[in-house]
Amino acid sequence: MFDLKGYGPELLNGAVVTIELAFLSLALALVLGLIGAVAKLSGSRVAVGLATTYTTLIRGVPDLVMMLLFYYGGQVGVNMLSDYIWETYEVDFFFQFNPFISGVITIGLIFGAYMTETFRGAFLAVETGQIEAARAYGFSTWHTFRRVMVPQMLRHALPGIGNNWQVLLKTTALVSIIGLTDMVRVAEEAAKAERMPFHFFIPVAFVYLALTAGSELFIKWLDKRANVGVIQET
Amino acid sequence: MADQAPLICKDIHKTFAELEVLKGISLETRKGDVVSLIGSSGSGKSTFLRCINLLETPTSGDIIVHGDPIRFTTNRKGERIPADNKQVELIRAKLSMVFQSFNLWSHMTVLENIIEAPINVLKVPKKEAIERAEAYLNKVGIYERKDYYPAQMSGGQQQRAAIARALAMEPEVMLFDEPTSALDPELVGEVLKVMQSLAEEGRTMIVVTHEMAFAKDVSTQVLFLHQGVIEEQGTPQKVFDNPDSERMKQFLAPKF
Repeated sequence: MFDLKGYGPELLNGAVVTIELAFLSLALALVLGLIGAVAKLSGSRVAVGLATTYTTLIRGVPDLVMMLLFYYGGQVGVNMLSDYIWETYEVDFFFQFNPFISGVITIGLIFGAYMTETFRGAFLAVETGQIEAARAYGFSTWHTFRRVMVPQMLRHALPGIGNNWQVLLKTTALVSIIGLTDMVRVAEEAAKAERMPFHFFIPVAFVYLALTAGSELFIKWLDKRANVGVIQET
Repeated sequence: MADQAPLICKDIHKTFAELEVLKGISLETRKGDVVSLIGSSGSGKSTFLRCINLLETPTSGDIIVHGDPIRFTTNRKGERIPADNKQVELIRAKLSMVFQSFNLWSHMTVLENIIEAPINVLKVPKKEAIERAEAYLNKVGIYERKDYYPAQMSGGQQQRAAIARALAMEPEVMLFDEPTSALDPELVGEVLKVMQSLAEEGRTMIVVTHEMAFAKDVSTQVLFLHQGVIEEQGTPQKVFDNPDSERMKQFLAPKF
């Protein structure tokens, strides 16, 4: 095997950070995406406006710019808020914006916007007859949403969720720029110190590859489960 | 106490944008009535049926389900809407519908389709809902398909499952919206047979149909709709054998 010049454990820790970051961001993105899609389809002018502003803004700004903005700007914002709270209520409130939290928020927000579009399309793909049957049998709006729309929508959304997830996973590498010691950061430092870029970046590339390949298999399996009861066209 | 009418509709009007689709349809049913709504496409018969369970909101007119009049109000845009969604849900649970394209929930098995509304809407305990579902599946003759998904069955089987789903609500009135129109001709018979047995049991049914033989032999009341009005109404004998309306005569005339 490789000789990682003693950077092995650190790289491993970095990989764990990458995975944690990716999963937390995914969770946030899924929640934001669902809210965004429901808002866009709600027909309420305010909700549609808010959701459209959100997706337009996020999709139009580079990921890196967003990340820098949230990391540096986020702390300034929190500091201002904490000063204000101290002055008005004399309550000591402080919150340290670390790179990890900024990363989760930024990546969650970015991919929440993409997920919004994915979910929106998926909701629209649900046959109206399915929803009509739910209404005709006295389901409440919430029950229709939970028991008919979401399960049927997921089938249409899964391919899109899978794509977004893969891109999201790779986007986590950007967080090394704001100082998070994920595996990219560790590899970068090691490569510089040892002057061996191939030696450290290639294993990192393989870890990403293994993660994306593994998720692809998992998504295929999920897709099969979600499509139970649907005749597959081949 | 005399049996309360399961369903009364009074002077139902429905307008879509500028187009008046229903121009005052009234209907009164007694328990055990089988009402056939016939007429050519675009006559408004499906729209009328969809007004009964509020899938469409009638522009004016009253609907009274087992003595309970549906309350309406007007929204900010001046459109008529049901006043109380809870009441609409309760009323819909008493009027189960069978659709032209079945509309079984495709992600649920047949059994899951049938127990979903009894458990969640009627609050029937799960065990009882399953027993009920199995009894009705037996009745419509597809008990052995209970763990199939809708897409794994023929159209006739799906429609029979949909009828079992409707029965499991133990409704006041069953609404059938062209239940055989999406079926291959050789599958129509199995669905009509089930519907006939329901009629014989004394279930109150309102059936939008193009099956004239069914309307003639099974109904207690026939309504012939033309351009949003009732052109002819009465017993099947009256409507089919001795119609007053010219349009009804034309409608019945052999086409080739």
